[in-house]
Amino acid sequence: MAEMTLHENMMSVALTGNPNTGKSTIFNEITGARQKIGNWPGVTVDKKEGHVTHEGRHIHIIDLPGTYSINARSPEEKIVIDFLMENKMDLVVDVIDSSNIERNLFLTVQLLEKGIPLLLDLNMQDEAVRRGIKIDVKKLEAALGFPVLLTTGRDGKSIKNLLNVVTSIAMDGYGPSERLQAHIAKVKEIEASGLTGSDLQEAIIKQRYAFIDSVLKETVEFTRPGATFSEKADKILANGVLALPMFLVILYAVFQIVFEWIGQPIADALDEFIGGTLTDTVSESLASLEVADWMQSLIVDGIIGGVGSVLTFVPLIFMLFFCLSFLDGTGYMARVAFIMDPIMRRAGLTGKGVLPLMMSFGCSVPSIMGARALDSEKDRKLAILAAPFLTCGAKLPIMALFAAMFFPDNAANIVFLMYIIGVVMAIVSTKFLSATKYKDETATFLLELPPYRMPDMKTVLLETWDKGKGYLVKAGTIIFAGCVLIWFLGAFNSSGMVEDQSESFLASIGAVVGTLFTFHGFGNWEAGASVISGILAKESVISTIGVLYGLPDISAEAEDAVETAEALGTTGMAAAFTGLSAFAFMVFSQLYTPCVTALGTIKKEANSWKMMFFAAGYMFAVAWIISLIVYQVGRLLGFE
Amino acid sequence: MTLKDCKEGMSVKVEHIEDFALKERLMTMGIIPGAMVTVLRSAPLGDPIAVGVRSYNLAMRRDDAEKIEVTQVG
Repeated sequence: MAEMTLHENMMSVALTGNPNTGKSTIFNEITGARQKIGNWPGVTVDKKEGHVTHEGRHIHIIDLPGTYSINARSPEEKIVIDFLMENKMDLVVDVIDSSNIERNLFLTVQLLEKGIPLLLDLNMQDEAVRRGIKIDVKKLEAALGFPVLLTTGRDGKSIKNLLNVVTSIAMDGYGPSERLQAHIAKVKEIEASGLTGSDLQEAIIKQRYAFIDSVLKETVEFTRPGATFSEKADKILANGVLALPMFLVILYAVFQIVFEWIGQPIADALDEFIGGTLTDTVSESLASLEVADWMQSLIVDGIIGGVGSVLTFVPLIFMLFFCLSFLDGTGYMARVAFIMDPIMRRAGLTGKGVLPLMMSFGCSVPSIMGARALDSEKDRKLAILAAPFLTCGAKLPIMALFAAMFFPDNAANIVFLMYIIGVVMAIVSTKFLSATKYKDETATFLLELPPYRMPDMKTVLLETWDKGKGYLVKAGTIIFAGCVLIWFLGAFNSSGMVEDQSESFLASIGAVVGTLFTFHGFGNWEAGASVISGILAKESVISTIGVLYGLPDISAEAEDAVETAEALGTTGMAAAFTGLSAFAFMVFSQLYTPCVTALGTIKKEANSWKMMFFAAGYMFAVAWIISLIVYQVGRLLGFE
Repeated sequence: MTLKDCKEGMSVKVEHIEDFALKERLMTMGIIPGAMVTVLRSAPLGDPIAVGVRSYNLAMRRDDAEKIEVTQVG
């Protein structure tokens, strides 16, 4: 009996609708923090579920991806139709942007044709009123045979009202109206008419819009308003000469917020605390407790170091996603895609990829996570594989040191050249991958420019929180494991723990890896070992070089590059590289396998180990080949 | 005339859409024969273009707009 009541008190609700209808805002307003964001299997599409208790009923809500249709042409469309056909929901709520009801009803009609009963939620009433659109709810209900409700999205009264209706409505009382039945019969007729391919599609789509127009003619009053705020704003933000500098200003502001003003300072403070205060305190207490050396090293260098490298990225991720989510909420991201498309298309990507990719010049981790906002699966994968080629903040010290040491007269130009090489390789690689690995997947450009809106702060904060949490939980474990593994390799050899890193597994593997670079001019084990530790974190390349050349305390900061170069100049390192082989090493470092943090993020985002290993191997191969060409061609041209 | 050839501010009626990869999506988005379309603007670099259709705005590339045959109405 108890089970029975429990069951009766539970209900499952799905939210569906077009993009830009405020569907996610409604979902966030209803569920708040009681939500879980996962992944639909096999694709980089968010699966959002949540629950709420209202009037004694426990409601489980799933927020399906926003789509314009259910033609199953994209992963999102396939998810929506498959989910609704396979799962019996107690209620499916179709969220509609009232100010754009004509196009929104296309999906509605398609779902109704499939026999899926709907509650139509005509959202964004405030906007519709401003645009002179008046909808007669009763008439619309009668015309379709399904219940209709008005909401304004983030307004608490609206949400409460929606929940009241959701918990009290009896869908059995509704069914397709005669008009709708007649429409469905006509669609069946067309399907049986012998038309095929695109002619058939055209006839059906025309029939749907004819039906929508006939219904709207009787139920909706349109009065032509003057130019809207969005039209005026677009004259500046998406038009003519001003749009590009405006975009650069906004891009610059985002970059500064993430890497200068807020994100990076917090990350640095965190790093200082973990690497300094915490490490010192723990080391001292472990030493005073006379804990075994290997245990001390495991806890301090392995575990605390690993946790540190996971945590220091969190402020960057939070800040970037706060900015991206905010800009997306305003509708500006669609304008970015619009104005940048011609440039990005030449690089094999789409306009929307500009913002996440630019972040790669700071750190590729938030950049890889930002790729999720792109429209097609192909775009997302290409952006994920392009981001790590760019020069992140941790590669800069490597470039600065080598440039200062081997090209003291041209250091800045050589570093700048590395940035260019990164950008060029990102473009070449994207073109190559889109013509080979992803050639069967199409990336098209057809983009709604939604009206500018004030973003819903609850949605912005929830999205930001979710990204940060997702990174910590999903990517964090992989990154942590990677860090402990590399610590182990650096601290042990087959006979136990070693004092000197040059006797560790890392050094022996370094020697093997070093031989891979015999024809690159830097086939020594020191270079091999620093390449491996660079997979832990790019900043480790410098510290490993310092340790291996007997200067363990050198600074790995780019601004100290000149002094570090002078110090290392007195060691064996000066003789280990020629100018040319140093250049080849820089090119290799610029392009090869991203750090474990980035790799862990790729695994999380693509939801695939295969993709992660592909990225690791592919980038290693690209870097190996390009660096080899640089060295060999350089030699032929007479450089040393 | 195709949508690609239209000047900013023109109002046109869609006559026919050539059969190509994006046809179904364009029609789903409301660009069907008989629909009224207003050309709003080009992006700063000339491509893509933004059009108004059925009370919302849509951006598309010029290459795709070329596949849409239209007649001018205003």
